[in-house]
Amino acid sequence: MKPALLKVEGLKKYFPIKGGIFNKTVAHVQAVDEIAFEVPRGETLGIVGESGCGKSTTARLLMRLISPDQGAVVFDGMEVGRSDGISVRDMRKRMQMVFQDSYSSLNPRMPIEGSIAFGPIVHGLQPSVARQRARELLAKVGLDPNLFIRRYPHELSGGQRQRINIARALALEPDVLILDEAVSALDKSVEAQVLNLLTELKQELNLTFIFISHDLNVVRYMSDRVLVMYLGKIVEIGTVDEIYDSPRHPYTAALLSAMPSMDPDKRTTVSPLTGDPPNPINPPSGCRFRTRCPFAERVCSEMEPELQPLSEQVSQKVACHMTNPSSGHTKVNSKES
Amino acid sequence: MAMNESPASPSSIDVTQVVAKSRNYWSTVLDRLSRDPVTLAFGAILLLILLSAIFADVLAPADPFKTSMIKRLKPIGTDGFPLGADELGRDMLSRLLYGGRLSLVMGISPVAFALVIGGFLGLVAGFLGGKINMAIMRTIDVFYAFPSVLLAIAISGALGAGIVNAIISLTIVFIPPIARVTESVTTQIRGLDYVEAARASGARSLTIIRAHVLANVAGPVFIYATSLISVSIILASGLSFLGLGTEPPNPEWGLMLNTLRQSIYVSPWVATLPGVLIFITSLSFNMLSDGLRTAMDIKL
Amino acid sequence: MFAYILRRIVYVIPIALGVTIIIFGLVHIAPGDPLNAVVPPDAPQETVELLIKAYGFDKPIPVQYGIWLGRAIEGDFGISFATGRPVAEAIASGVVNTLVLAVGAILIGMTLGCLIGALAGYFQGSWIDKLSTGFAIAGVSVPHYWLGLVLVIVFSVEMNVLPAMGMGPGGSREWAWDSEHLRHLVLPVITLSVIPIGIITRSVRATVAEILTMEFVQTLEAKGLRSGRIFLHVVANAAPTVLAVAGLQIGYLLGGSILVETVFSWPGTGFLLNDAIFRRDIPLLQGVILVLAMFFVFMNLVVDILQSIIDPRMSRG
Repeated sequence: MKPALLKVEGLKKYFPIKGGIFNKTVAHVQAVDEIAFEVPRGETLGIVGESGCGKSTTARLLMRLISPDQGAVVFDGMEVGRSDGISVRDMRKRMQMVFQDSYSSLNPRMPIEGSIAFGPIVHGLQPSVARQRARELLAKVGLDPNLFIRRYPHELSGGQRQRINIARALALEPDVLILDEAVSALDKSVEAQVLNLLTELKQELNLTFIFISHDLNVVRYMSDRVLVMYLGKIVEIGTVDEIYDSPRHPYTAALLSAMPSMDPDKRTTVSPLTGDPPNPINPPSGCRFRTRCPFAERVCSEMEPELQPLSEQVSQKVACHMTNPSSGHTKVNSKES
Repeated sequence: MAMNESPASPSSIDVTQVVAKSRNYWSTVLDRLSRDPVTLAFGAILLLILLSAIFADVLAPADPFKTSMIKRLKPIGTDGFPLGADELGRDMLSRLLYGGRLSLVMGISPVAFALVIGGFLGLVAGFLGGKINMAIMRTIDVFYAFPSVLLAIAISGALGAGIVNAIISLTIVFIPPIARVTESVTTQIRGLDYVEAARASGARSLTIIRAHVLANVAGPVFIYATSLISVSIILASGLSFLGLGTEPPNPEWGLMLNTLRQSIYVSPWVATLPGVLIFITSLSFNMLSDGLRTAMDIKL
Repeated sequence: MFAYILRRIVYVIPIALGVTIIIFGLVHIAPGDPLNAVVPPDAPQETVELLIKAYGFDKPIPVQYGIWLGRAIEGDFGISFATGRPVAEAIASGVVNTLVLAVGAILIGMTLGCLIGALAGYFQGSWIDKLSTGFAIAGVSVPHYWLGLVLVIVFSVEMNVLPAMGMGPGGSREWAWDSEHLRHLVLPVITLSVIPIGIITRSVRATVAEILTMEFVQTLEAKGLRSGRIFLHVVANAAPTVLAVAGLQIGYLLGGSILVETVFSWPGTGFLLNDAIFRRDIPLLQGVILVLAMFFVFMNLVVDILQSIIDPRMSRG
């Protein structure tokens, strides 16, 4: 295994909810609850899950746009935010993010050139050099600099704006790019173009991607490895083939079976997901998925399953009592589903 | 704008399509304004009033302070007194022209000052959030708990009559609403993705405010402030009407309404003239502000 | 939701306290010793000292504030410097007179405002709409003290059908529901109603227009509901906003009636305020402003709570 460029350990973020007469903190939204994973250099890690599972919060925690309550983010061996590690500011030179809403990601009053050059200028680059870099980046993302350099966001289409957001993220010459639902708001044909652009850029610039999406097809197309989140926890992680061909967690299996498929031979054998995800303020005890899991048993409400490797041969890890023979669960999930 | 883009090569343009010069925001605004006859008309009226106030010494036929007991309360159209004379025999036209200066200054400057002070407070509160926001906004709320007329009169009453005191009083009255609007807009913008992106690129707060927040906050706040000018003019003249603003013998529309009031049985229509000007000025500012808002497409 | 109401009430208390501090402080930042209002300049030293003690001017300011506030809560606003009578009396009668004016103005404002505003909202873009909008803008742009003057000129000076001043025959200071008093009421209440008409018209128009574009109305039309029933739905949805605006206007009118009362010499709180300022009658001044401001705060609170009851979307704020 290649050494990890990015490592996350025990990351936790609870959002306080105020209520009552004096606006005291009465409860917490358990958005991200002690997650840990690694991303080797050059890989694309896909993160999937339903809305509200904590994907976007994770992205923001990585960028330190919000501070974690607990846990650490280790970038290239240095812990972010510690004096003996790497400062948040320096980390941001090496890791950047592309947001979902292409329009609100750009300052409506600033011409494109300014938006792209802003980051480098902030970090000390000469304005003229930064502007030159902006032009080069526009060309790299497939937009003619002469036409677009002085444009304003409202004059452009969603696809064009997202390319600009990518250019803006690349302006600081980062190693890692976090794409938070970056193509979700685009039309399908435009989405394909942007995804292809991302793939080319990743090769050319030797980037590492963290690709967050709720669209399973897109994640499959882009990722090397995939991480599945549910209600703030990681339930399964593995290579894209492992996850898509032999998912071990009931949630993953259900997600995949709910994917519309063009192949009439692919019939679902696992019962699909029912109901809405439970409340992140008061998650179910033990395994958080148990209220929607067709295989839930008593042990699932008593003990929280840990993310454990399936075996020594595969990299796939699952957090489910069924894959752990010593958990006390009566069913054992060792076959293909 | 149908551009053909392919992922890794510069886009190919259809040369027959004329690429419109990048129209930036302000040219769009001016364009919309130029097609709005009502707003333009009122803008012209306002300009007229402003100019006649500025050039009062050139336009006025007589000395606004010169009294004449014989000419007291002459009606409109008297020889030498095109708009009549007031209760001390002074020429109305001249006094109205010169009066415009004080009325306009007293109406506009409080809003201008409040814009700077209230805008700053709102910006800080909105951008920093948390406890500072609470401290600033709660204090503002206390002032906001007064009806504005009452507050203006109370402060003026405490400070005493006089132009400066009236301006101070009205500035204090207008700071809370402007601060509130600024805070609200700033908080909204602060939550937008491009501000987050700016933070993500490692910029410091002051830089972010200057480069991204300020330009986007200024628009709505400025429009809101202009809508307050019409209220300010009425309040300023109102203060003078009560004797709390300008002091005699200075010409000022509100004060003139006050002193002419005694004479409504003798010369009723002359007595209404200053109010007509207050009305037109306030109305014009209102219409202009509305028109600007539509042209700038601001939703408050 | 009960917690929301309680929270709103608790929240108001520091604001109200702040208001009282400002009112108290205003008087003391005024140039000139408050003493001068009550003590003749040539009084002998002993008299001066006696008066200082009697009015409590010798105590430190925070203590004076505490005493004043404590008494005010009980309804004792002190003795007027000018008349020597309890301030509470003067305020009580003044408030009644001003309320007559304010409530009258609100009723007219609501009626006309809803009518015109609804018509404008229904027939957007038509001449009715343009006319009403113009009328509404004029309503908020007109200096109402001038308007009062114009009305007096037209109806009293020129046509002599309505009285120019005062509340009733012979300078009456007590309101009564008789024809004489009502005649005196006409002009001032019309004058005062112009601003609420303007504001309510604009508000109703905007609300009605917005509701009509909402999808649920179009759904109702598609289901074949008759216009009359649709109208009721619109009214039900518009009501909270309109009531809120009206409620706020009452509070505002009470505080803002001073200018109109001055024009018409209407013996209300505004008139009292005017008096108090020029005579530097501090107890009266503080008392009147306190009562008016508190009423405004109270109205805001009531509107807030009512809105949260009527419109369930609000109560989670």
